[in-house]
Amino acid sequence: MKKTVFFGALTVAGIAAGAASAATLDDVKARGTLNCGVTTGLVGFAAPDANGEWQGFDVAVCRAVAAAVLGDGSAVEFVPTTGKTRFTALASGEIDMLARNTTWTFSRDVDLKFEFTGVNYYDGQGFMIPKELGVSSAKDLDGATVCIQTGTTTELNLADFFRSNNIGYEPVPIETNAEAQQQYLAGACDVYTTDASGLAATRATFEAPGDHVILPEIISKEPLGPLVRHGDPEWGDIVRWTLNALIAAEELGISSTNIEELAAGTNNPEINRILGTEGTLGEMMGLDADWAKRAIAVGGNYGEIFAKNIGESTPIGLARGLNAQWTEGGLLYSPPFR
Amino acid sequence: MLLSDTRYRSLTFQGIALLLLIVAIAYLSSNLIRNLEAAGLNISYEFLGNPSGYDINQTLIPYDSQSPHMRAAWVGILNTLLVSFLACATATIFGVVAGVLRLSNNWLISKLMAVYVEIFRNIPVLIWIIIIFTIMTAVLPGARSYLGEDPEAKMLLGMFAFTNRGIYVPAPIWGPGSMVVVVVFLASVVGVFAYRRYATKLLYATGKLLPTGWPSLLILIVPTVLMFFIMGRPITLDMPDPLANRFNLRGGLQIGAPLIALWFALAIYTGAFIAENVRAGIQAISRGQSEAAASLGLRPGRIMNLVILPQALRIIIPPLISNYLNITKNSSLAIAVGYADITATLGGITLNQTGRAIECVLLMMLFYLTISLAISAVMNVYNNSVKLKER
Repeated sequence: MKKTVFFGALTVAGIAAGAASAATLDDVKARGTLNCGVTTGLVGFAAPDANGEWQGFDVAVCRAVAAAVLGDGSAVEFVPTTGKTRFTALASGEIDMLARNTTWTFSRDVDLKFEFTGVNYYDGQGFMIPKELGVSSAKDLDGATVCIQTGTTTELNLADFFRSNNIGYEPVPIETNAEAQQQYLAGACDVYTTDASGLAATRATFEAPGDHVILPEIISKEPLGPLVRHGDPEWGDIVRWTLNALIAAEELGISSTNIEELAAGTNNPEINRILGTEGTLGEMMGLDADWAKRAIAVGGNYGEIFAKNIGESTPIGLARGLNAQWTEGGLLYSPPFR
Repeated sequence: MLLSDTRYRSLTFQGIALLLLIVAIAYLSSNLIRNLEAAGLNISYEFLGNPSGYDINQTLIPYDSQSPHMRAAWVGILNTLLVSFLACATATIFGVVAGVLRLSNNWLISKLMAVYVEIFRNIPVLIWIIIIFTIMTAVLPGARSYLGEDPEAKMLLGMFAFTNRGIYVPAPIWGPGSMVVVVVFLASVVGVFAYRRYATKLLYATGKLLPTGWPSLLILIVPTVLMFFIMGRPITLDMPDPLANRFNLRGGLQIGAPLIALWFALAIYTGAFIAENVRAGIQAISRGQSEAAASLGLRPGRIMNLVILPQALRIIIPPLISNYLNITKNSSLAIAVGYADITATLGGITLNQTGRAIECVLLMMLFYLTISLAISAVMNVYNNSVKLKER
């Protein structure tokens, strides 16, 4: 009799342990907040402001998803992750999605079993160096000491770049952007390398940004985007199409200022489908009809988010470049909402 | 019955407890394996053979970004062992000196040592590592100030450069015939020990006291120097060259700032603990011993070396073993300053680039367990040789 109870308990525990994964959407709704992995602090992309509110380009993606799913752009629990901890945090279910300047690569997608849901920033790896050294090309960096964030694709690109150009260097592995900044300014390394956007963001926080130059070479393709775990395609769809909605909104001229007006109904059927006045797109994803309207309303469309956080009027001062709409010579191209 | 018979009762209970423990462990591990499978994480060590793709700044064995992850792990293991060995040796010196001096009759010295012990052992070692590293990077001149025809900073003796990236020292170049010199040197070391042994034996047998200081030095130096010149100076020095590169000194041997910071922090932190062990060991020796030695006419230094310390060792050694183990394990804080130990290579970059977290962590656990048990085993052999022998 006692034996039966014991084995019964074993079986129940076994089943309970087995059913931990699946339906992220239900988990998020039940919890009432979205757990979103971001950087530990990179101004412009994800960093807490003076009031402790997370702000930035990646943060805006988290907020848009939270608004689409939960109806509230502030229902986000931001989980700061380092280059090292981010994938474990996502794989273990500690976070529901990761929006942390993460480069979309084959092995991360296939081998680590993640699903990249799109690209929110087309970046490339660059080098920053003090102006006084008079270096004008990354090919002149033979023998330099290079600060690099460990656990990133930049580490591998760096090794490849120097090897293919047959020049030597000395790596100084660094855990976070803040440490790298300190080492670089103290002269413990000659060069700091990371994504060009990150370099611009870091340089913007220096006392004398003009004393440092970003070299013209961009040595890699770094498509940065949000990602989710394999195995829950419905959740992946929600994140993917929320991002697409932000991009499409800019293309179609939907912005945070005119969204209420457009939501009353327009002559453009695609705008109507996005904003839920026509068709049943939201329902197909398990959300309501207003999902995209809320996602766009919380921080504006892609262009507004870009301009507010990292655009040319901010201290970071990044030009749109590759991140312009395809209609303006950039790479942003949302599949149709239909 | 097994439960009612007092002879077997405790054995029965132990048997049941063991059985339950085994069932619990088996259940937890099968649960783990099932959940890993459900999450799509299959355990595989194939990645160790793939090219690592990253570079490491300080390596004891040849390594480049095309070497496999396994080799990166070896680089890390050797770096861990290097810093652990250096820190253990230095911590022992710091500890013994501070421990003995803390008992000194000189008020100033004993109070200074007390301050050292209390400050260093009461601040976490990670903070010491970062403090020392930050001081090094902030205070020492940059490598670039040593460069060029007319540098801002002059190298010490034209050989040693202290930069915020590390210390550059001349590196020996082993030319043909240099092995002979090395062999002669090693033979001289053996010779010194043999001579000292002979001197002790002679002292005990006849009471005749041979001088040991200058003959030892003579045996150590003269044959080696002679052989060096006979072989036509096969060992030359490779000096740090300030002109070869525009960013860094080239040539020579670079002892990186991370290694120095980690080594020094571990040594000075653990040294404070060892100092207390040494003090405890010495104070545990009855005062009668030193008084008896003094009444025989021994000088204080000799009392310490010949009477007190040998007896104190058997109290000092067991906690010293755990301090050595602590140094080895604390060396895993290396990543804080970018030193490429096993936690930084296998458990850091390799783990990240391959995403094989469970495999890497298991390997690291295995390594630290092995190395800790090995240190324990070696130190226990030594402990057995100094412990009280009952005759």
